[in-house]
Amino acid sequence: MATRAATKIRIGRLERPALTGVLVREVVNFSSYWRSATFSSTVEPTIYLLAFGFGFGSLVSTIGGYDYVEFVGTGTVATAVLFSSAFPAMFGTFVKYNFQRTYDAILAAPVDTEELVTAEALWIATRAGVYGCVPLIVAMVFGLPPAWGMLTVPFIGFLAGYGWASFGIMVAGFAKSIENFSYVISAVLTPLFLVAGTFFPIDTLPQWAQVLAQFNPLYHCVQLVRDAAFGFQGWVDLYHVAVLVFFGLLMWRLAIYAMERKLVN
Amino acid sequence: MRDGLAIRLRGVVKRYGPITAVNGLDLDVPEGTCVGLLGPNGAGKSTTMRLLTAQAIADEGELEVLGFRLPEESKAARAECGVAPQLDNLDVTLTVEQNLLVFTHLYRIGRSERRAAIDAALAMANLADRRDSRVDKLSGGMRRRLLIARALVHRPRLVLLDEPTVGLDPQVRQELWALIDALRAEGTTILMSTHYIEEAERLADTVLIMSHGECVAAGRPAELIARHAGRTAVEVYGSPSQLAEAEAKARAEGFLTRRTGTSIAVLGVDGADGRAPKGERRPANLEDVFVLLTGEEID
Repeated sequence: MATRAATKIRIGRLERPALTGVLVREVVNFSSYWRSATFSSTVEPTIYLLAFGFGFGSLVSTIGGYDYVEFVGTGTVATAVLFSSAFPAMFGTFVKYNFQRTYDAILAAPVDTEELVTAEALWIATRAGVYGCVPLIVAMVFGLPPAWGMLTVPFIGFLAGYGWASFGIMVAGFAKSIENFSYVISAVLTPLFLVAGTFFPIDTLPQWAQVLAQFNPLYHCVQLVRDAAFGFQGWVDLYHVAVLVFFGLLMWRLAIYAMERKLVN
Repeated sequence: MRDGLAIRLRGVVKRYGPITAVNGLDLDVPEGTCVGLLGPNGAGKSTTMRLLTAQAIADEGELEVLGFRLPEESKAARAECGVAPQLDNLDVTLTVEQNLLVFTHLYRIGRSERRAAIDAALAMANLADRRDSRVDKLSGGMRRRLLIARALVHRPRLVLLDEPTVGLDPQVRQELWALIDALRAEGTTILMSTHYIEEAERLADTVLIMSHGECVAAGRPAELIARHAGRTAVEVYGSPSQLAEAEAKARAEGFLTRRTGTSIAVLGVDGADGRAPKGERRPANLEDVFVLLTGEEID
């Protein structure tokens, strides 16, 4: 029993073994539910792509010089990222905290809330980066020409996904009950999802809506993906990246704050 | 570690809004012993357990676990503690082995030692032949054993067991008792909260009885019985009115009494030949002490 007494651990923040521990738990669990997660994260945006692509596509042939299918195909990458990050983060966090009590077990181990939240967000962001590519691949089947820039799409998806995952964890941290999610979904996510330039360009909207879109992380994700597919635009894209980095950092800290309030009392 | 104490609490207070869950608690757990934290529901046992892993932060008082000050150094303490919670929080869609594997990572066991750590925990909990079973296919008793095995996978110096046998059949309970006793025999320090008196009596070297967030008695079970309930008790049976009468009479004679539900137990009748009421004589037990000190009604 005394053999391990000598291995004193350093008391640090964001220690790699703690992050790895939480990530291993997620990866091992993923092996038992990857089918359903993959299904919902890929089929939904694909349906949007097909419905809008062919529905609107028969009315509008081109937007801003792109085929409508190309326009929507690149836009729904952001939708896939959102669906595979914000939603699993909200529901997963709430279920693990409230019903499965997983976080009680993890925080009894040498893992702090900051590490727990960070590892969970990293994991969801990684999934979002992968699932975000699905609409792009589907769009390629329907004629979107491949481009080297598209290789950056998983990273764009990861970056945006990290922010949305942190956002979801924060919402779960502040929510008193799972019913409260309806407010966030209806009042925050749905408008952001629609006014992101996914299905129609925002420059046809009134001026105030265009200004508001600048505060929508999803809009910046859509723009980056489009530029990755059709050609990067230098500083403009750096600006989009900067907004997503800021969004990710802000949501990350807020998620930690919310979960600390909930888990340590 | 000060004075060979694995856990040392002094004047610990924990409030939740207007409720004081733990009210000036002192608690000593000497290394290598098993201490039972006994008390009715709501006495503050679970809050005390959460304080020890810094999942609750005390408002006042000093807390030391394995020589580490809490909450500042809690992470280092947690690395050497094993915790089996009251509520089952296993990953139910994973196998027994996968559950343990995850915890070898969370407790930072090196790659080369993981396999052996899992095997040892499985053997200890007698689950070696269920290694590949999914948790949701296990019986309640097996799940509880796995919960304890999970707490042991990194060979902790201190194990915290929160109500380890609550809601289990007597057969399953004795299996778990054997497991806890084996752990104790190996020299692991154990703090176990329970509201089953027999459990504390059988497993604990010393018990601490809590009521309303305070310690109302602490010591070896036999000492507590002798000090608070005497050596012998008499159980008086009868109709409710006869019981009330017997209770009033015994109290008037200066005896302590407690209700058992079906009888009145009159305590400390050892030397009182003539005055003792008639009834079944039996040795006083820890339950007598428990009810005397924590009250006959739960509020």
